[in-house]
Amino acid sequence: MTARPTHSAATIYRIPLLIGAVSAIGLASALLGDGVWDALSWLTLTVPVVLAAVHWQRSKASV
Amino acid sequence: MNTRSLRRWTWVHTWTSLISMLFLLMLCITGLPLIFHEEIDDLFEQSVKAPELAPGTAANATLDQVLQAARQARPNEHPLFIFWREENPNVTAIAMSPKLIPDPGQFANVSVDTRTAAVLGQEPPHFGVMDIILKIHKDMFTGLPGELFLGFMGLLLVASIVSGIVVYAPFMRRLDFGTIRRSSKKLAWLDLHNMVGMVTLVWLLVVGFTGTLNTLSTPMFDLWRMQQLPKLLGPFQGMAVAAPPPLDAALAAVRARLPDARITSVTLPTAGRFGSPQHLVVWTKGDTPITSRLFTPTLVSANAALDVTVPDMPWFLRTIQVSRPLHFGDYGGLPLKILWALLDLLAIAVLVSGIYLWFARKKFFAGRTATAPSRATAQPVLNSEQA
Repeated sequence: MTARPTHSAATIYRIPLLIGAVSAIGLASALLGDGVWDALSWLTLTVPVVLAAVHWQRSKASV
Repeated sequence: MNTRSLRRWTWVHTWTSLISMLFLLMLCITGLPLIFHEEIDDLFEQSVKAPELAPGTAANATLDQVLQAARQARPNEHPLFIFWREENPNVTAIAMSPKLIPDPGQFANVSVDTRTAAVLGQEPPHFGVMDIILKIHKDMFTGLPGELFLGFMGLLLVASIVSGIVVYAPFMRRLDFGTIRRSSKKLAWLDLHNMVGMVTLVWLLVVGFTGTLNTLSTPMFDLWRMQQLPKLLGPFQGMAVAAPPPLDAALAAVRARLPDARITSVTLPTAGRFGSPQHLVVWTKGDTPITSRLFTPTLVSANAALDVTVPDMPWFLRTIQVSRPLHFGDYGGLPLKILWALLDLLAIAVLVSGIYLWFARKKFFAGRTATAPSRATAQPVLNSEQA
């Protein structure tokens, strides 16, 4: 494997920051109301769960 | 960041995690069934439902008649609380204790039809599996000290997460987010720990911190009661326990004072610390999504005057109240509870992989340094393995 250029802190933290922001929206939205607000929280909090599963699966497939 | 400060952050991450690890694992595991405690309770306890009334049945019972019916059902016991559940309309529940000052949890629940004052069912006091799990989760059967100890473990979790964010960067300089290297078992566990840790970060931070806040609610509430209530209740302390005043009139007085509030429960005059010997404590909540999380106690004098007093609730108690659902995940229906459970399982994966990495560390650092190694010095090793 050839050495790749190193990532900057901004690159490293970009995706975790996005996931964090999406999770925070989900945690707050169900507090603010019912119906649409609940649905928004289900949608957004599915993101971290699905991402964990996808990355795990992808690594298994690449072996 | 220089190597020295990175080493410090690594030290913080290692030790906050190690100290709190076993307790956090216990909290995650006991927390899993607790997320679904309502559903599990419903499964094992047949909840009492109000029947359809035949046309023409008199359905105008007063709350005083309802209470009287409960007293007649258990004539040797003392009614302590009256409460209503939104999911169970037309049923009034009355908690009765054989002792004037009850032992915690030792209540029988009498369910009475709100409309006809007919007794629908009685549930003797019991201590079920879910109560045991809750007790372990809350204080490990050690009362307030255990509760505060677990609160401190929650603070260590917050420190562990924050330091984990800092020490994450050096590992990822040459990796894209979510990469799990399968070239060695240790690398796979490390990458899994990093990936799942980042994914669950905000959720775990919020659940951990609100858990810590919850552990403070008992002492905070006691503090408030000691500071605030003596002014109101001081003159009444030690007085004989009054007979309940006319309840329907008392609740009407509270509704007149707080028109937007919904009444959730009533504590009858009692010698116990949770109420007053000479007042009804009427608990109310708001009727908007946010204010429905805020409970406000009102005091109604147990005499003909029915004076209503609304004590000020300090901001820290309000904060704790609003933060409670964020710990329990019970504020967005069953789908949110399922997501809560999945995120909890991911948190367990972070903990377990963290434990693995600690035990496998010797292999990481073999031949690198004889003194206490840190993750910072591990980085070149990992990269050379990758290269």
